[in-house]
Amino acid sequence: MSETWKHIRYVLTENPVTLFAFGLFGLLLICALFGPWLAPHDPLFTDAARALKPPSAQHWFGTDALGRDIFSRVLVATRLDLGIAFSAVILTFGIGAIAGIAAGYFGGWTDRVVGRIADTIMAFPLFVLAMGIVAALGNTVGNIVIATAIINMPLYARVARAEANIRRNAGFVEAARLSGNSEGRILFMHILPNILPILMVQCSLTMGYAILNAAGLSFIGLGIAPPTPEWGILVAEGAQYIISGEWWVALFPGLALMLAVFCFNLLGDGLRDMVDPRRRT
Amino acid sequence: MTSVPLLDVKDLSVEFRTRGGIVKALDRVDFSVEKGEMIAIVGESGSGKSVSAYTIMGILDPAGKATSGSAVFGGQDLLRAKESELRELRGREMSMIFQNPRVALNPIRRVGAQIADVLIEHGGVTRAEAPGRAIDMLKKVRIPDPERRAKAYPFELSGGMCQRIMIAIALACSPKLLIADEPTTGLDVTTQAVIMDLIAELGAAQGMSTVLITHDLGMAAEYCNRIVVMHAGHVVETAPTAELFNNPRHPYTARLIAATPRPTASLRGLASIPGSLPDLRATHIPPCRYSLRCERKTPDCDKPLPVHRQKDGALVACWNPL
Amino acid sequence: MLLLIGKRLLSAIPSVIGVLVVTFLLTRALPGDPAAYFAGPAATPQAIAEIRKSLGLDKSLPEQFVVYVKDLARGDLGNSIATGRPVLEEVRSRLPASLELTLLGLVVSVGIAVPLGVLAATRPGSWIDHSCRVITTAGVSLPAFFTGLLLIYVLYYLLGWAPAPLGRLDIFNSAPRDITGLYLVDSLLVGDLETFWAALKQLLLPAFTLAVFTLAPIARMTRASMLEVLSSDFIRTARASGLSPGKVVYAYAFRNAMLPVVTTLGMVFSFLLGANVLVEKVFSWPGIGTFAIEALIASDYAPIQGFVLTMALMYVLLNLAIDVLYIVIDPRVGFEA
Ligand SMILES: Nc1ncnc2c1ncn2[C@@H]1O[C@H](COP(=O)(O)OP(=O)(O)O)[C@@H](O)[C@H]1O
Ligand SMILES: [Mg+2]
Repeated sequence: MSETWKHIRYVLTENPVTLFAFGLFGLLLICALFGPWLAPHDPLFTDAARALKPPSAQHWFGTDALGRDIFSRVLVATRLDLGIAFSAVILTFGIGAIAGIAAGYFGGWTDRVVGRIADTIMAFPLFVLAMGIVAALGNTVGNIVIATAIINMPLYARVARAEANIRRNAGFVEAARLSGNSEGRILFMHILPNILPILMVQCSLTMGYAILNAAGLSFIGLGIAPPTPEWGILVAEGAQYIISGEWWVALFPGLALMLAVFCFNLLGDGLRDMVDPRRRT
Repeated sequence: MTSVPLLDVKDLSVEFRTRGGIVKALDRVDFSVEKGEMIAIVGESGSGKSVSAYTIMGILDPAGKATSGSAVFGGQDLLRAKESELRELRGREMSMIFQNPRVALNPIRRVGAQIADVLIEHGGVTRAEAPGRAIDMLKKVRIPDPERRAKAYPFELSGGMCQRIMIAIALACSPKLLIADEPTTGLDVTTQAVIMDLIAELGAAQGMSTVLITHDLGMAAEYCNRIVVMHAGHVVETAPTAELFNNPRHPYTARLIAATPRPTASLRGLASIPGSLPDLRATHIPPCRYSLRCERKTPDCDKPLPVHRQKDGALVACWNPL
Repeated sequence: MLLLIGKRLLSAIPSVIGVLVVTFLLTRALPGDPAAYFAGPAATPQAIAEIRKSLGLDKSLPEQFVVYVKDLARGDLGNSIATGRPVLEEVRSRLPASLELTLLGLVVSVGIAVPLGVLAATRPGSWIDHSCRVITTAGVSLPAFFTGLLLIYVLYYLLGWAPAPLGRLDIFNSAPRDITGLYLVDSLLVGDLETFWAALKQLLLPAFTLAVFTLAPIARMTRASMLEVLSSDFIRTARASGLSPGKVVYAYAFRNAMLPVVTTLGMVFSFLLGANVLVEKVFSWPGIGTFAIEALIASDYAPIQGFVLTMALMYVLLNLAIDVLYIVIDPRVGFEA
C-alpha cells in the first residue's frame, strides 16, 4: 500500500499537469457543492435596465439579455452539469462494468449478447443516438442522463470484458473457486475489485465526454429548459449575440465547460499513469 | 598484415544515456578487418556485438554516443563523418544484415521494390531499370522463380527466403564490407547452413570483407579465419581461429570453448559459465569486467586492464592469461 | 481481395439490422400515443382507434417491425408535419450540405493532425511534440459549438475575414446546377470558379471547427504509431541501406504508420457526425442536423427518426469504406494466422 502511495506521489510531483488537474477538480467540486451560496447574485433575477452589460466590477462576467448576472449563472450551473455527467458515468459504470465482467468471465452466449448490444450501440454516431434516445424517451434531464449512459456503455463493457477475460483463470480466482465460492461471489468479491482501478480511469476519461455530450444536447434545446442555468443552454443563449459583438454572454459559460472537460481529460491521463503498471518506473 | 586494413576500429567506447543511468556499453573496443577477410565477433547476448556494428554503420540509437576512439574505413573515420557522407557509404560501400529477417523487411512493400530502392539510391540505376536489376539480384541469391517472388510481400515468404532478400538488398551495390548480425538467428537449422554458405560464397566471389556476428562459436570457426571474443563491452581476445581453439589465452575464451568442446557444436551450453554480465549502468565497473566471474582472478585484476598484443594482430586483455 | 471486400460487406449486415431494430424501438417508445397525436386534440376515442388501426399500431411488435422495414424498403420514412413533405425528400435535399461539411471537416482534420503527429514523432520531446499534446488535449476539450462561436466572433465580427455564418452561400451567389449536391464539386463541374470560392469561404469556418474537435484522436494515433514504426527493425534496415531520410520517413515509416490511423477514422467519423449537428446549428447550415433540430423543437418525430436512421446508415457505410480502404492498402489483411 505504501508503495502505491509512493507511486501516486511520484506521479503527482513528476507531472505538474496532473497536479494542476487535481487543483482544478477541487475548484469544480467547490463550485458544484457550494455554488448557490457563493453566487453574488440571484441567477434568475432579471433586470431589463442592465441587460447585456459587459463585464464590470459588479458583474464579473457581464449580464445577459434579461439583465441576469452571468457569473452567478455559470457558477450555479456547475452543479447541474457535473451532476448530469456524474450520474451518467455512475450509471454506465454500473451497467457497463457488470455486463462486461459477466461477458468476459462467463464467455459463451453472455459474451455474444453483450457484444452484440455493444456493437449495435457503436453502429451509431454516438451523439446522434443520444439525440434519438432523448427525443424518444422524452425531453427531461433524467433522459439526458440515460442517453449519455447508454452511449458510453460499450467503452466500459469492452474494457471490463478484456480485463475479466484475462483474470478468469488467474490463480486467485482458481483458489476462490476451489474453496467453494459461488460464481457470483467470485465475480463481485474477487474480479471486480481487481479491475476497479482500470475502470476508474475509464470513468475519469468519460466524465469529460459525458459533460460535452450533455451540454451538446441542451445546446440544441433538448433536456434542460430555460431559465435553468446550464452551460450548454447558456452558450446557446449567447450564440445569437456573438455576431452583434456581445461576446461575454457565450464566452464565459463556454470557458467553464471547456475547463471542466479539460480537467477531467487531464485527470484521466494522470490516473492512467498511476494505475498502469507498465508506466511505473 | 602489411596492407592497410579495410576497417580499423580502435579504442571505441560507446555510452547510452538511459533513465536508469549511463550504460557503458562498449569500452575501448579494438579490432580490424582486412580486405576480403571474413572475421567473427562472438560473445554472449548483451556483450556489445550489435552496438559495435551499429556504431560503425552510424545507425546507433540517438541515446547512444561514441565517447572515444575511431573507426577508419577506406581512409575515412566513420565516427567523425557527416551523416550525409555516412549515408553515401551505407548500402554502397558497407552493408548490414540482421537477425529475424521477417521483421527486418518493410511489411507492406513488395520485396522487389525494396531491393530496387537501394539500387536507385546508390547504384545509379534508373527507375525503369531497377525492377529488372532487382530480379537479377534475386537470381544471385538463388531465389527460385525470381520474377514472381519480386512481387511478393515479406509475409508471403519463409524466414530463409526473407534472409536471402536481405542479402540481396545488402549486396545490391557490391559493398566492400558486409556486417552480418546473427544472420541465422530465428531460422531453422537446415536453412542456417544454406544462408551461411550463400554469404560466404557471394562474399568470396566479390572479394568482400565480412564481419559475422554470432554467439555460435562453432559457426564462427567454420566460416571465419579470425575470431574476436567480446565480453561485457570489452574485446577480451582476438586470434586466428585455429590458434584460438588450440591455445585460448583468456579465461573467458577457454570457458566458451569448454562449453562447446567440438568445433561444430554451438554455444548454447553457455549457461555453464558461472555468473552473469555485470551491470553496465553501475558507476564503478571493475577494470576487468570478467573478474567477477573469473576463477583465475588475482589482486592485479583490480588494476587497469593490460592488453597484450602479438605481432600477428592477436591480442588478449588479461592480467593472468592462460 | 474482392472476396475479402465481399466478406466485409456481408459483415455489415448485422450492424444494419441492429440499426433498424433500434430506430424502430425508438419510434415505438415515442412519448404519448402517436394515434392521439395524429388525430388532433378534438378527436373522439373512436376516431383515435380508427387512426391507430390505419397506422398499424394495433398489431404486435414483430408485425409492426416487418411493416416498418417494408416501408423503409419503399423509401417511405413518413411525412414531416412541419413542412408536409415526405421525410425522405427532405433528407435527400439536405444530405449533400451535411456530407460536404463533414467530408471537408475530415480533410482539414487529417490535413492538420497527420503532419502534426508525424512532426511530433520525428522530434520527440521537442516543442512541437509538447504543443501537439497541448493542442490535442485542448481540442477534445473544446465543445464544437463553442469553438464555432469563438471563430465567428474573431474571424467574422472582429476581423471581418470570414463571411457571415449564414448557410452555404452568401446572398450574392446562387447555387450551382445540382449534379452531386456538393457545391464545391458542382461548381467545379460547371466551371463556375466564383461560386466555388464563395462556397469554400462559407465552408471553411465550420469545417475547421469540426476539424479542431476531431484532431486529437488522429494526431495522437499518428504520433504513437509513427514512434512505434520508427523504432522497428525494418526502419533500421532501411537506414542501414543508406536510403535518404525522406525515403525512410515517408515511403517506409509513414505508410506503415498510417495503417492504425486509418482504423481510428471510424471513431473520428462518430465524432464528426455528432459534432456536425452542433456545428450546423451554429453556422445556420441547411443540412440534416439543422433539420433534425427544427423537428425536435416542433416535436415532429418522423423527421427525427429519418435523421437518426440516415446518420446511422451513413456511419455504417463510412466504416465500411474505411475497412475496404484498409484491405486495399494493407496486403496482409486476411493472411494472418
Ligand atoms: N538503445 C539502447 N539503450 C540502452 N542500452 C542499450 C541500447 N542498446 C544496447 N544497449 C546496451 O548495450 C549492451 C550491448 O547490447 P548489444 O550490442 O545489443 O548486445 P549483443 O552482443 O547481444 O548484440 C547491452 O548491455 C544493452 O543493455
Ligand atoms: Mg545483438
